[in-house]
Amino acid sequence: MSLLAPARRTFRAAAEAILPAATTLDESGWASVERIVQDALAQRPRKAQRQIVMFLRVLNVYPVLRHRRRFSELPRETRERVLHDLERARHVLLRRGVWGLRTLVFMGYYTQPVHSASIGYRASPRGWKALRT
Amino acid sequence: MSEAVTCDVAIVGSGAGGGTVAAALAPLVGDGLRVVVFEQGPRLRDDEFDGGELTMAPVLYEDGGGFLTADGTMTLAFGRVYGGSTVVYTGTSLVAPERVIRGWRVPGLLASDLAERSAKYMQQNNVHLLSPEEINDNNRLFAEGCHAAGFTAEQFPINVRGCVGSSLCNLGCPNAAKQGTHRVQLPAAETQGVEVVTRAEVLRVDPQKLRVRVSEKPPGGKGEPSTWAPGEYDVRARVIVAAGGSVGTSALLLRSGLRARLPRLGHGFTCHPAFILVAEHAQPITNWVGHPKSFFLDRAEEEGFVLETCMYFPFTTAKNLTGLGTEHAAMMQAFERLQMILVLACDRPVEENRIEVDRSGRPVVHYTFTPAVVESLAAATRAAARIFFGAGAVRVHAPTADPHIITREDTERLDERITAEHFVPGTTSVSAAHLMGGCGMGGSAASSVCDAWGRVHGVPWLRVADSSLFPDALQINPYLTVMALADRTAEAVRRDLPELSMVAAT
Ligand SMILES: Cc1cc2nc3c(=O)[nH]c(=O)nc-3n(C[C@H](O)[C@H](O)[C@H](O)COP(=O)(O)OP(=O)(O)OC[C@H]3O[C@@H](n4cnc5c(N)ncnc54)[C@H](O)[C@@H]3O)c2cc1C
Repeated sequence: MSLLAPARRTFRAAAEAILPAATTLDESGWASVERIVQDALAQRPRKAQRQIVMFLRVLNVYPVLRHRRRFSELPRETRERVLHDLERARHVLLRRGVWGLRTLVFMGYYTQPVHSASIGYRASPRGWKALRT
Repeated sequence: MSEAVTCDVAIVGSGAGGGTVAAALAPLVGDGLRVVVFEQGPRLRDDEFDGGELTMAPVLYEDGGGFLTADGTMTLAFGRVYGGSTVVYTGTSLVAPERVIRGWRVPGLLASDLAERSAKYMQQNNVHLLSPEEINDNNRLFAEGCHAAGFTAEQFPINVRGCVGSSLCNLGCPNAAKQGTHRVQLPAAETQGVEVVTRAEVLRVDPQKLRVRVSEKPPGGKGEPSTWAPGEYDVRARVIVAAGGSVGTSALLLRSGLRARLPRLGHGFTCHPAFILVAEHAQPITNWVGHPKSFFLDRAEEEGFVLETCMYFPFTTAKNLTGLGTEHAAMMQAFERLQMILVLACDRPVEENRIEVDRSGRPVVHYTFTPAVVESLAAATRAAARIFFGAGAVRVHAPTADPHIITREDTERLDERITAEHFVPGTTSVSAAHLMGGCGMGGSAASSVCDAWGRVHGVPWLRVADSSLFPDALQINPYLTVMALADRTAEAVRRDLPELSMVAAT
């Protein structure tokens, strides 16, 4: 079973908050992001894998007291605000959780040539020659 | 069952230190001695360097470049491949400052000696300055911005041959232009008969003995299979040279139980903690093409920081920008208009910052940002903001400001906007690639691990030849100094070898 499976809904909800462009992903776009994240997680120690899934679970229930809804049910802007708050949380574990999650989301998205090209990144092994042609 | 192998010199690691020792000791092979280098990473074919973040980082770096410190607040980047970190470094080549080496107070170590040895490697590695037409906008704007802000930028000498400006140095040059040890010293050593065994991790060292595990090439993975069959080996050697890098060597010696006689082992770790700053210009600039690192501003002595030009790839940039959501995405969308500066703090060794190993022998790096480091990062960010605006940028992303975006209207208030209190460990993205210390040089085992020739105190068969030797931060880019120190270690090995006969196997 895939490592993300138990928390896929929260992962996608968080990914959209972290990276608004993710809201435009179709099912195959999500599959590409998640494949990269899965592969990266699979190479991490088991402890790190467990931590990220645990963090996603905590994240999903975190806003319930304040917003009366789970994280994955909140509007995108509110989800972004929740993550911003967590970035300033007193506990380093929560801050690290957000940092780890955003790293995975950015990896899943920006390492894909189609997305890096869309922001104007055009590096090529051909260097200056690629610019001039 | 493990296989038994005998050699005269065993070198652990093939990076800046190990590659240098291998080349310096290669003439011994002509005298009938056997010199073997063990490298845990793979050897890549030239056509396997494709410049992709996803395809290269996991192959070239330890933990894919995401090795985290114990509390998870900083990532450490270091190579794990034939050539070590020299495969992924940018190739800026600076000689150790005289004032720093004097400050180290290592008996018998002179800055002039390091400068002389560095000069030899600068020649071997084709170190030179790029011509103005090879410099891209990202770099040119840094020099112009420095000028406008009242600073003087210096140009980095770099070690390339036939560079076409792919900008992909940190993913391994796809054009074999960068003159790392994998291009210069290791091939020279192999031509003379030194054996380099890849995918060969040294698990522990004992008196004149190493335990080595050779791994199989994973199916579909990059790199050549090892020249030795997969399995475990007991290698006997008259002398062992540890050159696994600051983290690798410290971890190896720690898991081999050497702390009992070397109380300073693993201590004195420094790493020039760094973050990237980006600024947005109104027009596209050339940033994804050309050598990424042409200029720097050295404020180490005065304010404890160095600024360097840099340019990273989309994922690395996204990860290293602090924040998320709409504001972060807007900066990333402006990628082709981004100017980038790398901010490095000159940290000092403190007791908390040290390398340990966990129960399985894996390295664990403890690192706490001292108030002085955080102040330096904030001061560096203020200086960088002035440089960006001096170069014409319209807004700057500053991790030590809240909110992170600084506009031109803020230029009069930079001292208020950018302050140390906005540095939040675990949220502010910090990474380091200049890993130093762990087996620092000094006068005795009470205060250090090695002497000025890389000889481990009280352990005649064991030498160190890498960045772990640094007793304190170098305050500039370290690879040339690593090579100069490794050259000294090799010289001492040559000198001492006649007295280092093999003791009877136990
Ligand atoms: C991205 C990046 C950019 C950099 N840019 C610059 C620059 O422009 N200029 C500069 O001066 N410096 C730069 N540096 C720093 C420079 O590369 C290092 O300071 C230098 O390479 C350190 O040399 P070393 O021999 O100590 O370790 P490394 O070069 O890291 O080599 C250590 C090798 O030992 C191997 N090893 C470790 N443990 C074992 C074991 N147990 N068994 C077998 N093998 C083992 C590792 O796999 C690795 O290949 C950069 C570093 C990085 C990561």
